[in-house]
Amino acid sequence: MLRRRDLLLGATATALAAQLPAAADEPALSRLPGKRALIRRAFRPPNYETPLADLVPAFTPNDAFFVRYHLALIPEIDPRTWRLSVGGASAAHPLVLSLADLHEKFESVTLAALNQCSGNRRALFEPRVPGVQWGVGAMGNALWRGVRLRHVLERAGIIAGALEVWFKGADRPVLEATPQFQKSLPMDRALDDSTLIAFEMNGAPLPRWNGAPARLIVPGWTGTYWMKHLTELRIEPQPLTNFWMKSAYRLPAGAFPAHFASQDTAETVPITEILVNSLITAPAAGRLLHRGEPAALRGKAWDNGAGIARVEVSVDGRRSWREAALGRDLGRYAWREFSLPLDTSHAGQLGIAVRAVSRNGTQQPDRLTFNASGYHDNIVQTLNVVVA
Amino acid sequence: MRGAGRLGAVLALALLGTPLAVAADSEALIQLKDAPGREVTAAHCAQCHSLEYIPANAPALDRAGWQKTVQKMRERFGAPISDEEARAILDYLGTSYSGKS
Repeated sequence: MLRRRDLLLGATATALAAQLPAAADEPALSRLPGKRALIRRAFRPPNYETPLADLVPAFTPNDAFFVRYHLALIPEIDPRTWRLSVGGASAAHPLVLSLADLHEKFESVTLAALNQCSGNRRALFEPRVPGVQWGVGAMGNALWRGVRLRHVLERAGIIAGALEVWFKGADRPVLEATPQFQKSLPMDRALDDSTLIAFEMNGAPLPRWNGAPARLIVPGWTGTYWMKHLTELRIEPQPLTNFWMKSAYRLPAGAFPAHFASQDTAETVPITEILVNSLITAPAAGRLLHRGEPAALRGKAWDNGAGIARVEVSVDGRRSWREAALGRDLGRYAWREFSLPLDTSHAGQLGIAVRAVSRNGTQQPDRLTFNASGYHDNIVQTLNVVVA
Repeated sequence: MRGAGRLGAVLALALLGTPLAVAADSEALIQLKDAPGREVTAAHCAQCHSLEYIPANAPALDRAGWQKTVQKMRERFGAPISDEEARAILDYLGTSYSGKS
């Protein structure tokens, strides 16, 4: 039986369209300037999802990379006049940096990392939850080039007692009364060597819709911290208290990993690290395999940066499991490709399930841990394929 | 059917100015169901976001869920919606876009 979940996980419209439920769930493709056709979840603010086919390459092309905004006023920034201010109550020497300063005054580093929206797969939640109804493509893997956030903060002089780094981007709300998008990171995460201010993505300047001219890269943590169009960093001795920290992007305490103590309450904690997960990119849901023809199961697996230990595949409805072959290691924060040949010598149905296991000791669960915001859907993905 | 969705979109784009004049034609094609309260709903909601958020969230919301959403837009995001307008919007959304099962 074909379920909505299977369709969202992989089906292209094709012959299955007739069986689809309400039209509201059908993805509409459309283009933002400079992007190829993506799945439109919303025009304004722009929220566009990467189609499954564009999640196949090891690095997601810039023009196919998903777009996610909360606020609708998105300026086009001249990189020559862009400035990043670095200050705050815990900064001894506030400074202002240009893009040229970032290039010339700091060591530049390149790092492969997956960026995944906190709400990726929200539309798969059962029961349904409100929010942008993302399928599986609110994520992508890219090679980011920039400077270490640590080096920039150290240049500003971190005073003892610094607790968080607060940061702002240039996007703005339509109404003055709407809170600007501002987030923070705990000091240890801000000072982690993997946390970058990036100005390049896959060898090209950041695309406008992905944060030009510079954005934060917080590998292993969900996209909400990867501030686009970065304009301000503040080193502060106090926790940031605004809607985006205190009300949004939170999870029930105790249900998931938490790494942001200064923002915890007894009831809820901020979402932080990405959970171990995987995505089947081939075959597509509902795809008919021809008997005797070579076929392979392919996909991607990722986690919080610990690294994928193995990917286990079942083709008999989770009764037995085999290990898939892992592709090239692109770096611990990148996704890892996996593949396994499928036996097509007998006609019948293959009940496929994929389960990624992380070196951090976790693996994908069978059951969803429900949370009202629709975060962290990393349950084992299943797929039925017919051989005939 | 053309009135409210297009009005809302035009109003919104006028407020926006030039920074995000993308897909304007397509956004104007988003049409909400014809029922009492559609105009006030479209005019308010489209100030900050395209109207497709309404049908997109219908499967996840019932009247109680819409009540929370409208409250969030007013209290958290500062949407200038009067009590009377909020009641009309909630009646419209609760009647026409409650898809939660």
